[in-house]
Amino acid sequence: MATDVSEKDQIGDINKYNFRTETTGVFKAKKGLNKDVINQISDIKNEPDWMRKFRLDALEEFNRRPMPKWGGAIDLDFQDIFYYLRPTSEQGRTWDDVPDEIKETFDRLGIPEAEKKFLAGVKAQFESEVVYGSLQEDLAKQGVLFTDTDSALREHPDLLREYFGTIIPTGDNKFSALNSAVWSGGSFIYVPPGVHIEFPLQAYFRINAESMGQFERTLIIVDEGASVHYVEGCTAPMYTTESLHSAVVEVVVKRNARCRYTTIQNWANNIYNLVTKRAHAYGDATMEWVDGNLGSKLTMKYPAVHMMEPGARGEILSIAFSSAGQHQDAGAKLVHSAPHTTGQIISKSISKNGGRSSYRGLVRVDPGAHHSKNSVVCDALILDPESRSDTYPYIEVMEQDVQIGHEASVSRIGEEQMFYLLSRGLSETEASTMIVNGFIEPLVKELPMEYAVEMNRLIQLQMEGSVG
Amino acid sequence: MSHVLKIENLHVAVDGKPILRGVNLTMNHGETHALMGPNGSGKSTLGLAIMGHPNYEVTEGSITLDGKNVLEMEPNERARAGLFLAFQRPIAVPGVKMADFLRHATTNVRRPDRKEGEELIPMREFRKELKDKMQHLRMDVEFARRYVNDGFSGGEMKRAEILQLAMLQPKFAILDETDSGLDADAVRLASESIAEIGGRDKMGLLIITHHDKLLEHNPPEYTHVMLGGRIVETGGKELAEELHQSGYDRIRTSHPEADARNQEMLSEETEVAS
Repeated sequence: MATDVSEKDQIGDINKYNFRTETTGVFKAKKGLNKDVINQISDIKNEPDWMRKFRLDALEEFNRRPMPKWGGAIDLDFQDIFYYLRPTSEQGRTWDDVPDEIKETFDRLGIPEAEKKFLAGVKAQFESEVVYGSLQEDLAKQGVLFTDTDSALREHPDLLREYFGTIIPTGDNKFSALNSAVWSGGSFIYVPPGVHIEFPLQAYFRINAESMGQFERTLIIVDEGASVHYVEGCTAPMYTTESLHSAVVEVVVKRNARCRYTTIQNWANNIYNLVTKRAHAYGDATMEWVDGNLGSKLTMKYPAVHMMEPGARGEILSIAFSSAGQHQDAGAKLVHSAPHTTGQIISKSISKNGGRSSYRGLVRVDPGAHHSKNSVVCDALILDPESRSDTYPYIEVMEQDVQIGHEASVSRIGEEQMFYLLSRGLSETEASTMIVNGFIEPLVKELPMEYAVEMNRLIQLQMEGSVG
Repeated sequence: MSHVLKIENLHVAVDGKPILRGVNLTMNHGETHALMGPNGSGKSTLGLAIMGHPNYEVTEGSITLDGKNVLEMEPNERARAGLFLAFQRPIAVPGVKMADFLRHATTNVRRPDRKEGEELIPMREFRKELKDKMQHLRMDVEFARRYVNDGFSGGEMKRAEILQLAMLQPKFAILDETDSGLDADAVRLASESIAEIGGRDKMGLLIITHHDKLLEHNPPEYTHVMLGGRIVETGGKELAEELHQSGYDRIRTSHPEADARNQEMLSEETEVAS
């Protein structure tokens, strides 16, 4: 990297400076899920025994568990999936393999050629460690660790082991068990006490870089009084030949600390996106999830905050956009396990062209969590009669002295709003795009600038219906 | 340039219920018309039908603008052709900034053939014009950054409608109770503004009002009284003054049939509302 690049440029344009161009291929483990595959993964990664055991136990747990009976319909043959693919020296996918509609989307987003290929996961040669490394230079002085989870296991084994699988145990659900068995990649972040990271840590690139493994595992530890904003995922449509993405994300927010975790995902329309995300927030700590879901065939994702000590705060802002052939089963969970804790969920969904969105949310107040406050606002926007929206709010309150609020509204794209905008000369597409963009404005304004711009452009493309 | 908006024998139904039963009205460019009448007589219905609200079904009659069939046009085509309705109750569009909305609207109305995705009026040019017009209307520039009608007071909504009128410069504007919800000072300001924007020779105005304040600076050449879904009387400025002073008793007595229908419509409206 050029030395005259300012720090800000390094961060903002990290993916422009840090990818290479030689072609690489993949190593594929055999299709299917069994002990041999898991041992192979552990061998290749040269993992410690405890991790190998962790994986094997998880496999048993996965095999034991039935498929969830709620949420969307999952029609998957788990033996027909590659569980581990690793960049090696040959046989890469080529740009020609990228579906036309994704290419067109890139074009319309105005993304340069090299970056397009990179975003599409074609140029998987990208060496994540280089990027992580350059970030580390800036942050290392403050003691921040930011690396991929596999490296963390090698380089910070004690720290990793202390927290790994403690927020989301293997047996939490069938897909956390699956991830625990075959996980690969993901981000590991540790922020030492009192350190505030001013700019968002971005892993804009990461899933692409790791596009071989669709089972990433992220662990973030924000120590006392520290703060971090982590931005993950990709606002460009993702291309993958795999049919399943199942991540586990664990976040620990210690006393007086703050963490914001922003995700914008736009998967190809044949992907099952089954993700488990949970944070533990301790005394007076704040955890915020900002979660945007576009694309995928089925998404089941319910970011959670468990408020473990008094004064903890959990906020979840969730947006789902579903179009033809898609089901977004998205939502949020807030668990008040201590008194004087505060939680807020704002969920917005948009359904179009026969798409289906559901909000599935849990608010739980444990015994003893008195003086807890919680509010849920849940708005659904349905753009046409073929589309569908459902709300499944679960509220379990086991304490007397609490404040719980739930508001839900479902609207057709406001006929009156539409007429108002049309009567001022706007076209139908302009009007509906404006209404939809306005509807998700609360999320977009929370995003870093470049994500906000791209999110708006993506929505516009979705609304024009010509791509995706 | 002379323009004509012509409404002939217009019948309009909502949910299958007839509201307008044969309205005739011809407006020439540059004229100001007042449309008065008791609640439930169909005044707003006329405005919404002219603008093409999908719930307002024209069952008979015609609307033409310079001889062109307005009824065949979508609402946005009507706007681009030069029609404007200042809504009695403008709807909020959360998350959409006034300025963005107005830039799209202004571009489309000024360039009626604009295709989707084509350039908007250059930002700098648009901003300057918007700022000038807002200052003229004594509106805080901050207003342009707020979301369309979202959390606006009644007065702010009405002023936002007048701002749109000023930006879009239609051939014909229907102002549906633009004075309601305004205090005396605000009505005076609105009245002056409308006179400036839409005054003599600039456009045709159809002012729907219960009061004569809005007419102070916009004296109507014609006053129409609607009752039971029909225009039952047409007069000059003095008719508006009379109605304002003495109410609708004389009108009701002179047109018992229309009055009965009006009562009926009003009770149905209340039923729906409750």
